[in-house]
Amino acid sequence: MFDSLAAAVEAAEREGIGLGELALRTEAATGVRSREEIERALRRALEVMRGAVARGLAGDLRSVSGLVGGDAARLARPRGPLADTLFTDVLARALAVQEVNAAMGVIVAAPTAGGAGVLPGVLLGLAGRRPLPDEALVRGLAAAGLVGAVVAVRASLSGAEGGCQAETGAAAAMAAAAGVEVLDGTPRQAMHAVSLTLQGALGLVCDPLGGLVEVPCVYRNATGGAMALAGIEMALAGIEFPIPVDEVIDTMGEIGRAMDVRYRETAGGGLAATPTGRRLARERLVQLKARAGAAMSPSETSAARRS
Amino acid sequence: MVSLLDIIGPVMVGPSSSHTAGACRLGLFARGLVGGRPDRALVELHGSFARTGQGHGTDRAIVGGLLGYAPDDERLRGSLEHAAEAGLVVTFQTAKLRGEHHPNTARLTLARGAQEVVMIGSSLGAGRILVTAIDGFPVEITGAYPTLVVVANDEPGIVAGVAGALAREGINMAAMRVSRRRRGGDAIHIYELDSPATPAALATIEAIGAVRLLRAIDRVA
Repeated sequence: MFDSLAAAVEAAEREGIGLGELALRTEAATGVRSREEIERALRRALEVMRGAVARGLAGDLRSVSGLVGGDAARLARPRGPLADTLFTDVLARALAVQEVNAAMGVIVAAPTAGGAGVLPGVLLGLAGRRPLPDEALVRGLAAAGLVGAVVAVRASLSGAEGGCQAETGAAAAMAAAAGVEVLDGTPRQAMHAVSLTLQGALGLVCDPLGGLVEVPCVYRNATGGAMALAGIEMALAGIEFPIPVDEVIDTMGEIGRAMDVRYRETAGGGLAATPTGRRLARERLVQLKARAGAAMSPSETSAARRS
Repeated sequence: MVSLLDIIGPVMVGPSSSHTAGACRLGLFARGLVGGRPDRALVELHGSFARTGQGHGTDRAIVGGLLGYAPDDERLRGSLEHAAEAGLVVTFQTAKLRGEHHPNTARLTLARGAQEVVMIGSSLGAGRILVTAIDGFPVEITGAYPTLVVVANDEPGIVAGVAGALAREGINMAAMRVSRRRRGGDAIHIYELDSPATPAALATIEAIGAVRLLRAIDRVA
């Protein structure tokens, strides 16, 4: 896959194709899987995403720790000024997938499990409001994959390495490219959608309560979807971000490397380290241990054994 | 080389690609090392696995792997109960393993009939794993290929015998590694293959006199 999104856009323009088609051709050219196998895998991913959205919107799930669940269903009956719009559709679907993830349901890591709600939120939100055939959605997934691959090479897709900007931020950037792709925008517009989305996620820390993929992760998937919609709308309006996209991605990597370890998934800072964050995490972990009974001994008895 | 399907995927049971999907793959690989469902398992969780493993279902994911469930199998959620029903006795402990280990590491001690195996493996992120020790032998196995584990007396000709058996069946090796504790003792051989070993190849390898143990493990990643 590409290590420069600008280079990918130039290649797509040269060939007169979209980023999704370019991604499918480039992947097939590696010879590991045929074009047909790649498309079949993406079609399956799409089905799993649909299943997760439906499961989460049912509203009866609780996460393993009990901290989250049921909020996607609340948002499926919105009461605010954006009720019955694409915007609330996207938020509800992103929440739904992430609630399924927190409840040990089946999801598609895109790019990670912690950011898995954003891409299905945006793509299936769009598909709920206009006729989008599965072939278009598969091209959208492929375009998102291309963007994620560039971010993986130039920066990071791991909260432990780069903070939440590398998980929900990267997912939002991927979803922005996917959205422009399925709305028949140009590769250049998709590229600017990535920049316009990612600039809004720069510096976002990874600070999950108790180290669990629950709070704030579930809600960050919804706000990630909102950022992607902002990026898509601005790019389709012809707005061009002045810093080249590869430099924006490099900036995300640089900020991630400079980020204190407290803000990289360790639950040592941010919301996780607030008095309430600490209390909730403590209470939930005590409950989990109690539920697991004596099976899990917190002792260090094995420390002395051969390792 | 980053693949499109590494980014859009894997399809998995949540909530964490490293704490859940990777943990399940470690269990699956360990299951392969004893040739099927173990009767007893000691699961020792190290580092971040020990700290947040329960909230991430790491315990359930590892046991699910021991029962043969893949990372996308929804039965993972109920694996601790299924293990009890199936007669697999699991003990969990937290541990501080000696030496350098990735934060997400587990040591699995499994018994199946008369066999016992001790495996150490790490979950590296995005569901990728690395098995780093088997029965005290240092190894580096990703589980991304069908893998042969051979324990044989350290004497000349074993590698040639294994390679010949595979070549006759048209099976290509992606990587191999041999290590031993002392000259003339037991040596462990790891062969990562492009396609699974055929029954004929396995029978030929098993017939080599110095081979004490042979395990063919499907790809888990």
